[in-house]
Amino acid sequence: MELLSLSAVELGTAIRDGRTTAPEALQAVFEQIARKEELYHCYVTIDREGALKRAEEVQGKIERGELKHPLAGVPMAVKDNLCTKGMRTTCSSRMLSNFVPSYSAEAVTNLEEAGAVLVGKTNMDEFAMGSTTETSAYGVTRNPRNPEHVPGGSSGGSAAAVAAGECFFALGSDTGGSVRQPAAHCGVVGLKPTYGTVSRYGLVAYGSSLDQIGPICRTVEDCGVVLETIAAPSGACIRDSTHIRRKDTDFCRGLKTDIRGIKIGIPKAYIPEEDDGSGLTRDVREAVLGAARLFRESGALVEEFDLELTDYAVPAYYTIASAEAGSNLERFDGIKYGYRATEAEELHRMYRQTRSQGFGPEVKRRILLGSFVLSAGHYDAYYLKALQVRALIKKAFDRAFRRYDCILGPTAPSTAPRLGESLEEPVKMYLGDIYTISANLAGLPALSIPCGTGAGGLPIGMQLTGDCFQEKKLLQIGCCYEQISPFKAGD
Amino acid sequence: MAKIYETVIGLEVHVELATRTKIFCGCSTAFGGRPNAHTCPVCTGMPGALPVLNRKVLEHAAAVGLAVNCTINRFCKFDRKNYFYPDNPQNYQISQLYLPVCRDGWVEIDAGEGRERKRIGIREIHMEDDAGKLIHDEEANCTLVDYNRSGVPLIEIVSEPDMRSAEEVIAYLEKLRLIIRYLGASDCKMQEGSMRADVNLSVREKGMPGFGTRTEMKNLGSFRAVTRAIESERARQVALLESGERVLQETRRWDEGKGVSYSMRSKEEAQDYRYFPDPDLAPICISDSFLEKIRAGQPELRTEKMKRYKAEYDIPEYDIEIITESRHMADLFEAVVALGSQPKKVSNWLMGETLRLLNERGMEPEELCFSPENLAKLIALTDRKTINSTVAKQVFEEMFAHNTDPERYVEEKGLTMVGDGDILRRTVEEVIRMNPKSAGDYRGGKERALGFLVGQTMKAMKGKADPAGVGELLKELLGPGRESTE
Repeated sequence: MELLSLSAVELGTAIRDGRTTAPEALQAVFEQIARKEELYHCYVTIDREGALKRAEEVQGKIERGELKHPLAGVPMAVKDNLCTKGMRTTCSSRMLSNFVPSYSAEAVTNLEEAGAVLVGKTNMDEFAMGSTTETSAYGVTRNPRNPEHVPGGSSGGSAAAVAAGECFFALGSDTGGSVRQPAAHCGVVGLKPTYGTVSRYGLVAYGSSLDQIGPICRTVEDCGVVLETIAAPSGACIRDSTHIRRKDTDFCRGLKTDIRGIKIGIPKAYIPEEDDGSGLTRDVREAVLGAARLFRESGALVEEFDLELTDYAVPAYYTIASAEAGSNLERFDGIKYGYRATEAEELHRMYRQTRSQGFGPEVKRRILLGSFVLSAGHYDAYYLKALQVRALIKKAFDRAFRRYDCILGPTAPSTAPRLGESLEEPVKMYLGDIYTISANLAGLPALSIPCGTGAGGLPIGMQLTGDCFQEKKLLQIGCCYEQISPFKAGD
Repeated sequence: MAKIYETVIGLEVHVELATRTKIFCGCSTAFGGRPNAHTCPVCTGMPGALPVLNRKVLEHAAAVGLAVNCTINRFCKFDRKNYFYPDNPQNYQISQLYLPVCRDGWVEIDAGEGRERKRIGIREIHMEDDAGKLIHDEEANCTLVDYNRSGVPLIEIVSEPDMRSAEEVIAYLEKLRLIIRYLGASDCKMQEGSMRADVNLSVREKGMPGFGTRTEMKNLGSFRAVTRAIESERARQVALLESGERVLQETRRWDEGKGVSYSMRSKEEAQDYRYFPDPDLAPICISDSFLEKIRAGQPELRTEKMKRYKAEYDIPEYDIEIITESRHMADLFEAVVALGSQPKKVSNWLMGETLRLLNERGMEPEELCFSPENLAKLIALTDRKTINSTVAKQVFEEMFAHNTDPERYVEEKGLTMVGDGDILRRTVEEVIRMNPKSAGDYRGGKERALGFLVGQTMKAMKGKADPAGVGELLKELLGPGRESTE
């Protein structure tokens, strides 16, 4: 049996059936890591010993019948902005180069209790700020489909690890597309849940009102199973005020239904015929329209419509995300943990030097932007205005979902850029988030699925966005597409 | 002609709420404890940690708001106040700027003799978290941080600039303290920092419209410091204006030891806190039922209590004022009366011995440990003349210190008064025989001699007699006609 070709759910079944074991699966992952990691650099930290010990423990529990979870024994990777007790958590920043958390994120705890085996922590854009994983302080990650290209970001390490077979599934975090866009670029499946579905406790915050933890997997079904596991409230304590304790977290049962009668809307602004400055490439446009055709042939109703306010999403997003980030990142000051500049003699000089040396340029840019939009005299003009735009965008989606079950579009305007191409032009990079950020602004669930291949063998992803709490519908449509489409994750 | 200046004062009062756990995490709020013993990822600002509001904090804040006649904002939010300082682990304080929990209230104060009652407006009350403590170690030349206080819940009560003198400020603070203690929302001890006041003060020529430039005074650790700081700041501002200078808008720090204040930062140096709604905390919608529950749970406050006492108990107004100054004292009073003691007698014990011992020992009424049952028993013992008042005071001291049962104590120590039985009569006769001169003096019309004989009898009885009864018996035995029968 070629273990690495299995999905997480298939591997879990094989382990429970005794066709393989958790340590064997982990061994296969480590062999793959030995072959590929030097080139791809998906991980910041790999915990070989801890993982082996854990795999054996889990295997024992499975054999004794104490663990029956579908993910028991399945090797996973976790983005390095999710706290892991006793395991270094860097956010790919120099600022947290020595930070070992005293507690684990609730999402990680849930997966560990289910028996998933943590292989290590994946590379990312520093503090999740970036779209290419190039802003990491620990080197770039390469796209396993074409190592001359970036894997996308900010959860680039997680997407690349899943695509490269260096784990069976991974967790990412999605503030403006950071799960979906790298999933699209690496040819795997990524899901951003409805805001509040997964507890953010233990996720190092970037934009608190936008952040959601989401799975990156090889199949839509895997995404459903992982989401079901991480969405469950862990323990009696509420640790995240924005966590909705959903009762409808049965995302997987009866997934493979047909989609006859399903109504899918494509915003016209997402598929302009001529380049309107969004940078949408011909191959991406055609791949998405090809998927639309397949949906139509399977009995879905697909039509184009006018989604309002799409032009305002990027500026509103960067205003809100930066404002929250500026405040969220204030705690990194050299006092309590993490990097500290030692040469300073006075407190405020120490703060300045620590933060000047500890943060990279993209993080600094967003802190400056965020501080500006919140400062006296600018608050109303920028931050408050952005909140108002956000509310209007949510209303525009509400109207759309009165007519459609889901909204279809590209995940990213183009396939993965070449390494080193993006950081020179930050505004262009920000505009690349055009299709994904609306879901964060409006709190909606959105799924990215491979739907084609562009130049250089690089994958193309399409995005299905649903109304709040409609993950199951998205997963159903996604599952159906997997069956009818010629493109498979990991191909 | 010299100008007459008027002082205009508004107060920002911080009150530490008496919750068991912190405002945004489950850590204990207990005072003391090893540094950083009462901490967790939330109150030390660990990456990824998130706040969850302690419901009790909202209950206390709403209760205080209702008690000071505020409107409760049915939709309120928390905002972040961003500033860098090591006592603040996240480098932002979670407070309420845009939509505080309470608005537009007032309290009535009684400032000094013969003055009319006056309303002091309350602009708002908001909830926020306290900071940790920095400990500067001069020897090791370093600063240590203790986050035990980080995340302790506070409310800030912001008054309107309605006060005109230090007396009014103190009356306002006393009123707030009384109300908050009645509610059990805080112990409001200024010395321990559970109540802190910042004074905003400006002066203007009397009768002028508008306000002068104000300063904010911090670090006021007692009522005395508040009074002195107000007087000093008023004088400073008047002197500036008199010499043709301007008052600068600034924050000043009071040095109680030196009795002067120093400028901390000017308005130009004031920080931009970049307030914005905290995205980690969902807005709070206060429901009718929540508010109803708070309303129903409000204790009877002092003003109503005073009215009721006047109607229900036959005790002087002065007594009512003193007793109702503390809810604990008032509760004690009512409980003892309910056990059948006469109200005036209960009030005498509370106003006399109880207050004396509290003052002597520097204690608050809330720290009283004796039960109403025991005070009722003590009163009954004196009513039945089982013990006299001197012995009763002795028993009370014991009861005050250890909540001792007076009946058992009197019995164990053999303090029971000897009535008008044979022993007393024989002792009195013995005293008369031993003190013929005094007896003669009394018979000769010297009333004062009786006191001496009573004292001698009490001494011989080891105090276990009722002095009044002894006096009566002496009069009887020394009375006219006795001599002639011999």
